[in-house]
Amino acid sequence: MTPTKERTIAPPVRGGVGTSARRQDSVPKVKGEFAYSSDLWAEGMLWGATVRSPHPRAAIRSLDITDALTVSGVHAVLTHEDVPGRKLFGMEIVDQPVLAWDEIRYEGEPVALVAADHPENARRAADRLRVDYEELPPLVDPERAVEPDAPQLHASGNLIRHARIRCGDPAVTADVVIEGTYETAMQDQAFLGPESGLAVPAEDGGIDLYVATQWLHVDLEQLAASLGLPQDKVRITLAGVGGAFGAREDLSMQIHCCMLALYTGRPVKMMYSREESFFGHVHRHPARMHYEHGATREGELVYVKARIVLDGGAYASSSTAVCANATAFACGPYEVPNVQVDALAVYTNNPPCGAMRGFGAVQACFAYESQMDKLADALGMDPVELRMKNAMSTGSAMPTGQIVEGPAPVAELLRRVKEMSLPPAGHDAPLDLRSLPGGVSNTTHGEGIRRGVGYAIGFKNIAFSEGSDDFATARVRLFAAGGEPQVEVHSAAAEVGQGVGVVQIQVARTELGVERVTLLPADTTVGSAGSSSASRQTWMTGGAVKSACEAVRARLLERAAGELGGSPSDFSMEGGKIVSQTNGIEVSIADLLGRDSIEETREYRHRKTYPMDPETGQGDAHVAFAFAAHRAIVDVDTELGLVRVVELATAQDVGKAINPLSVEGQIEGGSAQGLGLALMEEIQVSNGRIRNPSFTDYLIPTVLDMPPMKIDVLELGDPEAPYGVKGVGEAPTISSTPAVIAALRDATGRALERAPVRPEDVVGLTEREVR
Amino acid sequence: MHLQLTVNGNPREVDGAWEGESLLYVLRERLGLPGSKNACEQGECGSCSVYLDGVLVCSCLVLAAQAAGRDVVTVEGLAENGELHPIQKDFVEAGAVQCGFCTPGLIVATHELLARNPRPTDPEIREALAGNLCRCTGYEKILDAVRAAAVRNSRA
Ligand code: FES
Ligand code: FES
Repeated sequence: MTPTKERTIAPPVRGGVGTSARRQDSVPKVKGEFAYSSDLWAEGMLWGATVRSPHPRAAIRSLDITDALTVSGVHAVLTHEDVPGRKLFGMEIVDQPVLAWDEIRYEGEPVALVAADHPENARRAADRLRVDYEELPPLVDPERAVEPDAPQLHASGNLIRHARIRCGDPAVTADVVIEGTYETAMQDQAFLGPESGLAVPAEDGGIDLYVATQWLHVDLEQLAASLGLPQDKVRITLAGVGGAFGAREDLSMQIHCCMLALYTGRPVKMMYSREESFFGHVHRHPARMHYEHGATREGELVYVKARIVLDGGAYASSSTAVCANATAFACGPYEVPNVQVDALAVYTNNPPCGAMRGFGAVQACFAYESQMDKLADALGMDPVELRMKNAMSTGSAMPTGQIVEGPAPVAELLRRVKEMSLPPAGHDAPLDLRSLPGGVSNTTHGEGIRRGVGYAIGFKNIAFSEGSDDFATARVRLFAAGGEPQVEVHSAAAEVGQGVGVVQIQVARTELGVERVTLLPADTTVGSAGSSSASRQTWMTGGAVKSACEAVRARLLERAAGELGGSPSDFSMEGGKIVSQTNGIEVSIADLLGRDSIEETREYRHRKTYPMDPETGQGDAHVAFAFAAHRAIVDVDTELGLVRVVELATAQDVGKAINPLSVEGQIEGGSAQGLGLALMEEIQVSNGRIRNPSFTDYLIPTVLDMPPMKIDVLELGDPEAPYGVKGVGEAPTISSTPAVIAALRDATGRALERAPVRPEDVVGLTEREVR
Repeated sequence: MHLQLTVNGNPREVDGAWEGESLLYVLRERLGLPGSKNACEQGECGSCSVYLDGVLVCSCLVLAAQAAGRDVVTVEGLAENGELHPIQKDFVEAGAVQCGFCTPGLIVATHELLARNPRPTDPEIREALAGNLCRCTGYEKILDAVRAAAVRNSRA
């Protein structure tokens, strides 16, 4: 437990780094005054609506807007012909039509737009649009998609990426060999704030867009291209974001809303309904994963072979990165000398899949941790002991050849969750029905209830990998007002609920010793912050704010030296004052600045990474790794198939907790999403059609589903990161799913090779069914 | 359609509303009160919770016309003289607010729970808030906030 190396910094200031400082947005949020993207309003505003394809695959024979235009209150009906610029968009691969023109590749694909004076009129007009579709048989099986005679959904073919690892001896044999095939379902991010925003046409022919997104600048680039506008005519401001979890990384209504506003010359608001939201953003890739593990009789891993097929759906989105992660993390945080991995991401006519919290790592973790349990069983070993025996640690080589340089406390995290106290077994008398699996809906008296315990550990990269130029920008201004020093921080980092806003404020407080720090609205008038994803913002934008503050401080000390004599290094900042270390003379920051302000902008970059070799997967692709372990305790009604998670315990290394309360919040929320995937969350797709696009039928954990949590936060300090931070958000989502399902296996003795586990799986009705 | 109703103690009038508009829509889009949220508009998430004549309802499931002549209290009506309601403070202090989209509904639902049961037990809190979805917090900090409110009530 090496503590983070602390620099000497300005004297303690309230609400700095390491405190649970109050979030700047929490008071407006509890009052209902915080302006989310769906709350925006402008004088004369119109409402936009999207016309979507009812078919997963079809050819468009013709489009007729005449009827739609006759609906009262309608101001515009736009089709692909009205896209002013590039007709395709995409974050990594530009393959997705702004509005479809010849071919429909998924159910819900946008084909036209309507603007009207009332949302109901917009919907009515959308219903009156006549599209003549020629339905085609959808290609929905990802394995079939890569067969040579499969219909090709894109000119580039159906394979988005095939990533490989070839490490060690492919022909090596082992004493004990186990195999398994695992599946994870299509999960939805299910943020609560629907896709929405307000586009306002500007006098200069440009557009101002207020929208909930994860990365303002990548939206800007795509918007400018498709609107046919220079980038300086597109200005985006972050509106309040009601959760993201990856689903706002791709564009949804941004281009559409701007097109309608530019066309009508009026402000236009768009807001998806919950149903439309299920069609309006990408989901977690469903995965089919075949694994073979070989080990010595003593339990040392000899080899891992894996084939992972990720269904990317109709468009690429972040499939290439998801595929890379599934590959790089395919074996888990273990030392494995011989590894053969093939991971494929493919196009199908299923809903497009892309970023969701922990992407690629979530799917693989379910498979490799299930395998570790199976192996422990075959060896007659304790599953935690088997994991600890093979645990990677600092200095270990990944199967990609990359040496793990930062802290890698795999065995330590496992030991900690294992040693945490267990909740009492059994039930209080008299029996409280609410404590039974299924709660008061349980029709038994608890006769068939078994308790199970399961463990899992997972890991994932932090920040962008494989050579991307990953940076964050921050502008910091120090000035005096009313005789008090004040700081303004400006960045484009998207506050999506995770708390990156208060992190920036805390960093500025600590670096400049000034308590009054204001965060300016995130917008595109400052440089890119990169995406609020990949657990990267605390490290990256935190790092940028820190560098900008250091630059401001250096200038302030220079100024002090200029005014008071001596050199800048003679001075230090203490409690809002500049103090000379040579003669004790001090001056307040406010006096020193007078009416001037000091402003500095800095870009922060993490160290360079390199692509994985396409044939062998070798390469230093990653910056750093986050690790978390979970222990799940479940009660299962083995007759009814009902489950109650009794407790989740977790241990995670966060490097440094900038805001401990927020760190816990991330761990709890992330664990809940993993529990959701284990027990209930699945977008059910049949023949390319989503069958459950509502919160009635797509279930996310409620307060009755979430158990109490025990949390052990380690702060091992990554030497490369500002303050030693590591990202927090994704790791908890990775290991909670396999831990819960391991506990279900422990309770039921069933194989449970697919997440989520359904009641029929628990009672064994699906045991031999091949799905 | 013309409507009169009382919102947060003030008489309000609405002109030109379409008959199909929900109470939630009218509050958000016609009365400038977007504090009640619209996460599902199908009665599943509780983010739109308001009081209607003192009864907790999902305002997305109530037609605005049904609220005519009645008394509505929204999250915007809970703070008094600009001071946060103690429950709102509890949510802030407990770290129960992340994206905050669930927060207004949860605060109204908690307000209603504590009004009828000032010192709820954990199972009672969970049952009362089971209709309010939160995707960010895993509910632990929300429970902390409600527990803190309950403890305050037992001291009072
Ligand atoms: S918006 Fe009313 S219950 Fe979800
Ligand atoms: S805080 Fe985001 S939904 Fe609850």
